[in-house]
Amino acid sequence: MGRLTIYGFFKAVTGNHQHTNINGTQVVNYSQKQTEPKNLSRYGGRNTVTLLTGDGVGPELMSHVQEVFRHAGAPIDFEEVEINSSKEDPETMRGALLSVQRNGVAIKGNIETKFDDPSFKSMNVELRTELNLFASVVWCRSIPAVKTRHNNIDLILIRENTEGEYTNLEHENVPGVVESLKIITAEKSTKIAKYAFDFAKRHGRKKVTAIHKANIMKLGDGLFLESCRKVACLYPDIEFNDMIIDNASMQMVSRPQQFDVLVMPNLYGNILSNIAAGLVGGPGVVPGMNLGEDYAVFELGTRNSGRSLKGKNIANPSGMLLAACDMLDYLGQYEHATLIRDSVMDVLCEKKIHTPDLGGQATTLEVVQAIIDDIKPKARSWSGNVAQNLYSAKP
Amino acid sequence: MAASLRRTQPVIVQTFSRFLKNKQDLLRNVERCIHDSLPVCQSVASPVGKQVATLVPGDGVGPDMMNSLRDVFTHAGVPIEFEEYFLSEVQQGQSVSLDTVVESFKRNGVGIKGIITTPSHFKGGILQTLNMKLRSELDLFANVVVIKSLPGLKTKHNNLDFVIIREQTEGEYSALEHESVKGVVECLKIITREKSRRIAKFAFDYAVKHKRNKVTAVHKANIMKLGDGLFLQCCEEVASYYPTIKFENMIIDNCCMQLVSNPHQFDVMVMPNLYGNIVDNLAAGLVGGAGVVPGESYSRDSAMFEQGARHAFADAVGRNIANPTAVLLSGCNMLKHIHLDYHAKVIEDAVHRVIKSAKVRTKDLGGHSTTNDFTHAIIEQLHNN
Repeated sequence: MGRLTIYGFFKAVTGNHQHTNINGTQVVNYSQKQTEPKNLSRYGGRNTVTLLTGDGVGPELMSHVQEVFRHAGAPIDFEEVEINSSKEDPETMRGALLSVQRNGVAIKGNIETKFDDPSFKSMNVELRTELNLFASVVWCRSIPAVKTRHNNIDLILIRENTEGEYTNLEHENVPGVVESLKIITAEKSTKIAKYAFDFAKRHGRKKVTAIHKANIMKLGDGLFLESCRKVACLYPDIEFNDMIIDNASMQMVSRPQQFDVLVMPNLYGNILSNIAAGLVGGPGVVPGMNLGEDYAVFELGTRNSGRSLKGKNIANPSGMLLAACDMLDYLGQYEHATLIRDSVMDVLCEKKIHTPDLGGQATTLEVVQAIIDDIKPKARSWSGNVAQNLYSAKP
Repeated sequence: MAASLRRTQPVIVQTFSRFLKNKQDLLRNVERCIHDSLPVCQSVASPVGKQVATLVPGDGVGPDMMNSLRDVFTHAGVPIEFEEYFLSEVQQGQSVSLDTVVESFKRNGVGIKGIITTPSHFKGGILQTLNMKLRSELDLFANVVVIKSLPGLKTKHNNLDFVIIREQTEGEYSALEHESVKGVVECLKIITREKSRRIAKFAFDYAVKHKRNKVTAVHKANIMKLGDGLFLQCCEEVASYYPTIKFENMIIDNCCMQLVSNPHQFDVMVMPNLYGNIVDNLAAGLVGGAGVVPGESYSRDSAMFEQGARHAFADAVGRNIANPTAVLLSGCNMLKHIHLDYHAKVIEDAVHRVIKSAKVRTKDLGGHSTTNDFTHAIIEQLHNN
């Protein structure tokens, strides 16, 4: 399994919302009518995408992505927006949001959220809610050359991304008593469930597991579970079951092969995707994406900034590069996506040039150089790529 | 790499010149050198094999210009192949069908096109011209003309650098005209929200990508309050997404006056179809005329490169006097678009050096040289790189 080809990964984002995008056109029921969003900055086959630098190793990884794209000849131009936790003014945030709204797509390094300062709002969360990126998708697959405790893991974690525990609604009723509100709505639960089932159907998956804690939070998580059950009735050919989060965590580390597609509310998703990513090689190799009806933001699956690795030239660039490949898929540049993905996997699996996180000795730059060396002789004609898109590469 | 090339190439040329009898052989061999051994073809992205682009020579001097382009590209070792189709409205006998050209453009994604002459007399039939059909078939909605003073070419205004962006699928060019009653003709100018927003977004995206600071919408909303009003309103709406780019608007008549009196104030301009057509030509006149200004048209998936001011220059056919600069520079723009930046730079530099040295110039730039001389001068410059 030298390659991870996930053509058509993105071909549907559910939701029947009617709204106008930047082009002033009505986007109606996008899942059925369109194959890709309309509001891209795409002219003459070249896309502009927003690049949000983030904290920690984010800026380094982004420069590696740019370098690899340059050598692969991918028809992508980056609009770089410098954003990190030191820039707290609302202007930076607004600039970043507008940039994503203009270009429709972004690739992002994670922005650190200071937890010692209660007034500091998470910029990541703000970005996701403002852009209505309701679904987070992390696809964890075992990589043959990476030694881990479990083999043959292939599971998809789909997480509600905009509500639940991440609503920023907390207050102190009386001194010493804090209420944090976790919000579950039928609308968003149904939407994420539908997305998960559509995803399963599109990729030929057999089972969807809803993760919850409805035995304790009978109303909140109960509503989520109920919404999932209702949606499950519409997909009789896909098996549906549910599992309580504590048990799911245990199962995840003891027998992860039993899972196929998992759908869950926000916080559980956060925890489980980190567990799952850890099972297949850690933060350096797992890409993630956040999808909404109009926009998509691509980042690392585990969403960590890697502050301790900053400037040491040891961070693993594979995860971010795979996320960038997912972005190319989203933009319809399948050929370049496959080219880069194959090279990344080749360096990981065949050449076995590994950074310290996978037990290797190589530096980040050595890995990037190996990938570039692999890409160089295979770089395809730019114009041939467009032809592919128009006629043949429809998955 | 470019530096090492600069060092090695003259040496090779000198070595060869000892053995070769005439210049023709020399050029041929240098060309072979470029292809075989020297790493000329190695830009950052070095695609395997040649890329294919569509080429439509057009009417008038178009075929001559394209020959000049091919010569220069060959000598620069550009890894590109052309799929040539002759498309014409005035010589319909030789013309291929529009569908063939459209299919080719869609397949290749890029192409270069000469000017297709449109007769002014209407002899019945369809109102839409071939150019209009081609644009609407490919949905080439945005036309970009970069007005940039050529170094060393003296004109009334120097150091000009601004961009004209024109909507080119609707407006006055919708080919909707009819005689309501005898002696009264209605021409419909169509402005739609969707297309106005699309071109406005294009203009602002262009400004962001090319690090420009200001976008000026050109309109006549004081007279056409609804039509041009809608265009202006759309531009304003889109501008709100781009806080870093300054947005202004200007009425077309004033804009024309400002362009000839104080053109330095402009940066990126965006306008509906007909105004764009007029302003393109006016502005091209400011920096040396139709022979030196390249242009480009974009749709979502394809890009067509052509001259900025669209004149076929039919008077010059066979006289070897037309200036190929515009076509060469638009060829360079095409190379940049498909990630062949290195070759684009080499050719662009050569063109600029020839014009700057002022020894070989065609008639339109005040010289006496022929098209061929000019082309050869550029090819020579390529090797002196």
